[in-house]
Amino acid sequence: MRVLMFGWEFPPQISGGLGTACYAMTEALIKQGVQIAFVVPKKYEGIAQNGSDIIGANETDMTFSDIRTINDKFRTVNKNFNLSFIEVNSSLVPYVGQEDYYNIVNKRFAETESEQESIRAEERKAYRRFDFTGGYNQNLMEEVDKYALVAGQIAKTQNFDVIHCHDWLTYKAGIVAKQLTGKPLVIHVHATEYDRSGENVNTQVYEIEKMGMNSADKIITVSNLTRRTVINKYHQPVEKTVTVYNGIDYKDILPHRINNAFNKKIVTFLGRVTFQKGPDYFIEVADKVLKMDKNIVFVLAGSGDMLNRMVALVAKKRISENFFFTGFLKGGDVNRMFKMSDVYVMPSVSEPFGISPLEAMREGVPTIISKQSGVAEIVSYALKVDFWDIDAMANAIYGLTHYSALSNMIVKNGATEIKKINWDKAAGDIKEIYSSVLN
Amino acid sequence: MKSICFYFQVHQPFRLRPYKFFEIGHQHNYYDDVQNAWLCRRIADKCYLPANETFLNLIKKYQGQVRIAYSITGTAIEQFQRYTPEVMDSFRRLVDTGCVELLGETFMHSLAALKSENEFSEQVKMHSDLMKKEFGVTPRVFRNTELIYSDTIGRAVHKLGFKAQLMEGAKQVLGWRSPNFVYEHKDKNGLRLLMKNFRLSDDIAFRFSQQSWSEWPLTADKFASWVHELQDTECINLFMDYETFGEHQWKETGIFDFLNALPEEIFKKGDINFLTPSEVISTYSPKANISSEYPVSWADEERDLSAWLGNDLQDDAFDRVYALEQKVKATENEDLISVWRHLQTSDNFYYMCTKWFSDGDVHKYFNHYNTPYEAYINYMNILSDFILTLKK
Repeated sequence: MRVLMFGWEFPPQISGGLGTACYAMTEALIKQGVQIAFVVPKKYEGIAQNGSDIIGANETDMTFSDIRTINDKFRTVNKNFNLSFIEVNSSLVPYVGQEDYYNIVNKRFAETESEQESIRAEERKAYRRFDFTGGYNQNLMEEVDKYALVAGQIAKTQNFDVIHCHDWLTYKAGIVAKQLTGKPLVIHVHATEYDRSGENVNTQVYEIEKMGMNSADKIITVSNLTRRTVINKYHQPVEKTVTVYNGIDYKDILPHRINNAFNKKIVTFLGRVTFQKGPDYFIEVADKVLKMDKNIVFVLAGSGDMLNRMVALVAKKRISENFFFTGFLKGGDVNRMFKMSDVYVMPSVSEPFGISPLEAMREGVPTIISKQSGVAEIVSYALKVDFWDIDAMANAIYGLTHYSALSNMIVKNGATEIKKINWDKAAGDIKEIYSSVLN
Repeated sequence: MKSICFYFQVHQPFRLRPYKFFEIGHQHNYYDDVQNAWLCRRIADKCYLPANETFLNLIKKYQGQVRIAYSITGTAIEQFQRYTPEVMDSFRRLVDTGCVELLGETFMHSLAALKSENEFSEQVKMHSDLMKKEFGVTPRVFRNTELIYSDTIGRAVHKLGFKAQLMEGAKQVLGWRSPNFVYEHKDKNGLRLLMKNFRLSDDIAFRFSQQSWSEWPLTADKFASWVHELQDTECINLFMDYETFGEHQWKETGIFDFLNALPEEIFKKGDINFLTPSEVISTYSPKANISSEYPVSWADEERDLSAWLGNDLQDDAFDRVYALEQKVKATENEDLISVWRHLQTSDNFYYMCTKWFSDGDVHKYFNHYNTPYEAYINYMNILSDFILTLKK
């Protein structure tokens, strides 16, 4: 079985958990005999190798007629979605000089047969490539469209049985690939717009998500929490959706500790500093706990659009003596942070899955997670609180930093528990889903 | 007869290096030596050396009729000694002419006057000692960091034996009165107050190269006529950063040509001379008492403290560094006391300013951090390491 997979990031250049999950998932699938062609917007020097055939959209050659065919095909289908897809006369075609541009726009109006023919001939030999940043910048929507266009080209030239897309950035690509080849489409929902933005959803993103889900033959969600969102907010049939929990690579790590210079207990938040992750609740709980016990240091590790406001909040509450910011942590610093931590807190307002509590557990750090997280569905040895319940969170932090019987038990049993949460099991489930859409 | 009183501020802070959370408790070197050396070298070449040379030549050319004053912070001198010793020599030559007065200030260019009179006095004495040691003179006139003045600060300065203090001719203090006279502390304690004429000072310091300004280009002739035409005037106090010459106003703007031509144009008018602050107070007697209950400074439109204090980041950092005073001094460890004092340099709080608009542009120019939040985090990390060291 060969799968054409569309993703947005692949290690080592990643911004969050999605790239890591894609890497581990494909690795486990390959182990079970599945062949993977993995498409990324930008293939770069030093991209990780795990047996997947990595295809860069930025390295895919297309002629103008390819672009036009795919575009026209999609536009006819797309009427149903009431969404505009790629307009050839938008700025989407890079490296086009004024003359080329004129040709593309006016090709239909070429007056004589020979004129048309000469344009066609030129188009045939003019291979072009699209440029991708592969990041998340202000031209994201434009890049998503370009990616889908190139995806069509890749789908036409590759052999595969199933299409598998990860998150909304790649849904359009999946739809195009399905339209052009008729192969079944599986979409994998790692997060929805409701997780990222609460009720203030970006309607453009929502439309793409909905369009992707509508076109899919099967929808994989990373938790039942997300599955409920997909059913309730995106109106998908229950039987079309299925939950497959992410895994975690279990390594036999001896939980050794790095002592901190403060000689105090360290409570850590590690993640993007955005609305979704609830960093403000972390500061509120720190304020509360510090009123009782100054022998605790809180560390907010990560970066994001709420960071500056969080820094100002800590200054305002005058808790900077016991509250620190590390900024975005790279590579080894993540592990170092875990090894310094006595408690890990994930106060996410909405967390479809949440891999980092599992990483904390693996490193032997007792963990507090919000009930509004997918991971809460599968772990028992973590303290679970509502993200808004500052009192309960403060209680949990106080308990884990003061009662070693509690923290020891949680750490010991948690380490055993996460061995069962692995990618081999997830890959087996995904493989079954592939089989179900092929029949 | 009326007098022009030129005073220039010379200051370089020790810029802190990017200091990570993980270094707390392990690394105790806080300064960005490379950047400090580089900036010191650049500003020496662009401003201090050529500007000193210009004034030295003018003093010689007009046989002592050109008279000016400087205050040089301790942190600037420490960096000159380390990175550009020829700047020290150049200032010594200026002081040796007898036409240059050196003013007192806090060694660290700190805001100690707002927080701890005790610490303030010690830093002022440190600075006086440094002036004596390096230049052989004892300052008699005082300028506080950023010209910050209040009645309370004036009292402390008087107690330290200074005859006069420089301040901003701020409207909220002067009201209808002119900055062009000598004033006195409201206690009538004898402390004279020299008011910066901010319009004429800023014409040189800020507007000199501003092509949108209706008076651009500013020539020495034009400036001299403005001074000449002033009625009811005794002293015109032109106070500015020394970096105006060559750094804020590049050489290419003609700022040095302006300086070279100014004395001649001034003397042509016949009724204007140059005096140092000490000479001003012995020449003119005070016209009235001045009171400022709240601190005023020479910064920004507001002429208040809001560039350094007022937002949560600044207030938290400021309070926490001064909260250490007793503990630090109790150690009697000179190194620790010195590090703590260097952390007081006002620039550290200036980097945390969140007034982004209008004046914020000026702030950004002097700021090596991307955001005030970054400045705060870095400062607090270093402060935390210092506190851990202190505990040991």
